Amino acid sequence: MRRTGYDAGVDPVALPFSRHQLSNGLDVIVHEDRHVPIVAVNVWYHVGSKNERPGQTGFAHLFEHLMFEGSAHYDSGYFPPLQRAGAVLNGSTNTDRTNYWEVVPTSAIDLALWLESDRMGYLLPALTEQRFQTQRDVVLNERRQNYENRPYGLAVTAIMAALYPADHPYHWMTIGDADDLRAMRLSDVQAFFRTYYHPANASLALAGDIDTARAFELADRYFGELPSGTPPAPVRAAASLGREVRLVLEDRVELPRIYMAWHSPAMFAEGDAEMDLLGDLLANGKTSRLYRTLVYERRVALDVAAYQNSREIAGSFLLVTTAAPGQQLADLAALVDDALREVTSGGPSDAEMERARAQTEAQFLYRLQTVGGFGGKSDQLNAYNVFRGDPGFFAADLARYRAATREAVRDTARRVLASDRRVVLSAVPRGQSALALPGSEPVSVS
Amino acid sequence: MPVDRSRLPDIGPDPAFRFPRIVRHTLANGLDVRTVEHYTVPVVSCVLLVHGGAGADPPGEEGLAALTADMLDEGTGDLSAIDVSEGFARIGAEYDVDIGPDAAQFGLTVLSRFVERGFSLLADIVVRPSLRSSDFERVRKLRLGRLRQLKDLPPAVAERAFLRLLYDGHPYGHLPIGTEPSLSSCRLERVAELHAAVFRPARATLVLAGPHSHERLAAIAADAFAQWTGNLSGDGWRAGDIDPAYIPPRLAVVPRPGAAQSELRIGHLSAPRTTPDYPRLLVMNAVLGGQFVSRLNLRLREEKGYTYGARTGFDWRKGLAPFALQASVHTAATAESIRDTLTELGAIRDNRPPTDEEMVLAKASLTRGYPRNFETAPQVARSVAQLALFDLPDSYFEEFIPGVAAVDRDDVVRAAARYIDPARAVTLVVGDYTAVSDSLATLGLGAPQLLTDSSSETW
Repeated sequence: MRRTGYDAGVDPVALPFSRHQLSNGLDVIVHEDRHVPIVAVNVWYHVGSKNERPGQTGFAHLFEHLMFEGSAHYDSGYFPPLQRAGAVLNGSTNTDRTNYWEVVPTSAIDLALWLESDRMGYLLPALTEQRFQTQRDVVLNERRQNYENRPYGLAVTAIMAALYPADHPYHWMTIGDADDLRAMRLSDVQAFFRTYYHPANASLALAGDIDTARAFELADRYFGELPSGTPPAPVRAAASLGREVRLVLEDRVELPRIYMAWHSPAMFAEGDAEMDLLGDLLANGKTSRLYRTLVYERRVALDVAAYQNSREIAGSFLLVTTAAPGQQLADLAALVDDALREVTSGGPSDAEMERARAQTEAQFLYRLQTVGGFGGKSDQLNAYNVFRGDPGFFAADLARYRAATREAVRDTARRVLASDRRVVLSAVPRGQSALALPGSEPVSVS
Repeated sequence: MPVDRSRLPDIGPDPAFRFPRIVRHTLANGLDVRTVEHYTVPVVSCVLLVHGGAGADPPGEEGLAALTADMLDEGTGDLSAIDVSEGFARIGAEYDVDIGPDAAQFGLTVLSRFVERGFSLLADIVVRPSLRSSDFERVRKLRLGRLRQLKDLPPAVAERAFLRLLYDGHPYGHLPIGTEPSLSSCRLERVAELHAAVFRPARATLVLAGPHSHERLAAIAADAFAQWTGNLSGDGWRAGDIDPAYIPPRLAVVPRPGAAQSELRIGHLSAPRTTPDYPRLLVMNAVLGGQFVSRLNLRLREEKGYTYGARTGFDWRKGLAPFALQASVHTAATAESIRDTLTELGAIRDNRPPTDEEMVLAKASLTRGYPRNFETAPQVARSVAQLALFDLPDSYFEEFIPGVAAVDRDDVVRAAARYIDPARAVTLVVGDYTAVSDSLATLGLGAPQLLTDSSSETW
């Protein structure tokens, strides 16, 4: 293993890169890291469930599954050749983007690029009705496993449906509605591919044991021949809440739990980093305000979480806490509201800000440990490129947190966390809706 | 030059890779320290491994080891639980606890510039925890609450029932968190006694990986842990030395009315981690169900669409480890998934040995992918801790690839015949019993043993 230059005075919290755009519009980003003989190949398509329409939900994610089933020139599953090469691979879909990655030994970089480029350019001839049907069944099982058969699994679905109006693209979950999935046709899938899967709507990052010049050469060789496409129009939508919405969801759970959700700044918008820091100071670790009050001192809750859910066109801030056996949700909610009042009036202390900054600095550095996979350096470069148009936004991103002040956190919290503009959902054991907060409307999610 | 799309590109020769070199140091108090130089980002990661995990819980005191481990960061000296949490948070350190059947492992990852502060606090909590009664009551109740929440989670319900079915009466037969009766009756004195008996330098290994010389890493360890005292003998009762004697039922069901899926476990006790057949079992598992491209995942997911994913594996431990399939399948496909699984468990040893193609894929996937397991300091520290846990040599990483490469088809068939047997397999279903009972009856596994809530105290 070679020594890197950080001990020679280079800022260790940095993610250097080179970028080049192919003539068909594909962005190629390269980051060299020669410690281990592996290369991460990471492709983002700027499409997610927010590009779907009501009645056709679940499309983007089902499509992701089909990308592993074969393409025109390799008309068979993508896993065998890549596993034989010693690769790991996966993909994921969220509201805003779909990503695909492989981490391959340096010796298999050509293979990974060949396959990624073939499915970017030539997927449809391999997409048969049979493959489509099977993957739809797999996705319906994924939905059962991760949502329907999981405790509290449908709570966030109900919250998003209440937070956003029916035609807002964050109203539905990425996994999609089961009836929509069953109603999907192969022809719909083909149209979706033509609209969103092309070089002008994609970004390719290579990170690891590869020379930058060679990486650009290989990217051009495999992807340069693909026809460009028309970048899809940005999705725009607005949402607001004028009141507190109280819901109750009955579920197969032992202990009641309360969820609160507010509209919050979009990803990278003013106030986004502040809400992220606020989530930490409210509920990350034993020192955090809500953990300390609810779990450590009063012992009325088993757990508490709070986080800024940063998304491309809108954010939401979520707070979740589970009642300890025998405890009432109303008591938990009152303690949460007290804590929120305190932080929105007095703001964080200097000590809290120092702690949050130390943790953020460390997290940014820990993120630099690995080249591939979800959240690795290649994934970060693509995220910054797709959402900011700047793969080098890593430093500016960290600077947002370094620059956040106690006053800014307090003011953002005051703006976002209004008790009369939020969704409050009580998830309670079946047949025990009386355990919900008073005035909660029953909600059912299929 | 245009791309030749008529065939996949060749893969080049495997790149050279130098596996981590481990240097051992023994402190005067007997603590086994192992260091690895890892020059990437300025981060130091360590694992403190203490032998004697959940398998060392005395009968009736299931959950004691996990509770003890959980109590360590609840305070030390003048510091409260809040102070300890604050101490780690203010340097951005990540502390985690993992209780396995044979050992407890405490991980710490910290920025190089805070390494002394991080390690000093780690040593304080591990060696000199306060073990106060008010913290104990809180932690115990949180764990009881967690146990109730686990009843909602089909995979956790299945894990708990399956261990109980395979290891009835054996120290491996429970989840580390324990049971409601055992946690309810647990007393703080027992935690203090277990801490005194088990948390001794002679029973522990400290692994450090980071961007410093071996000497410097060893000095960091010595500065923090030299004051740790305790009986030098490394003796101790080990769960892995006991042979399970119990013969479980063939079929068991935890009823979950209306469940959308059946959570399945199908398997039996098989081999200890230290078996010389380990590389053969790895290859066999890769063919059968250990990776995406394996017989069972391809059959149940890609061909039939019964599940989001199916996999097999060994839950390795010092004593006999379970080999099992785990999958969550659509309720209507429950019996068919079980039938397919039992068929595949038999086929690899009887009538359908691995093809050349399967052998190449399984072995190449294991060997070519191996170096990526050594990318980060936390990965390296955890890998070296595994060597300590299972008494494997420092040359283990170097020997892994040649060991797997030497496995041939006959080795796999012999290993399967010796360690896999569908006739011995226990099938556990956590699901809608009313919906699946008729089809389960067609499997020829006999009447299922029903594990209901009223029997939950005993399983």
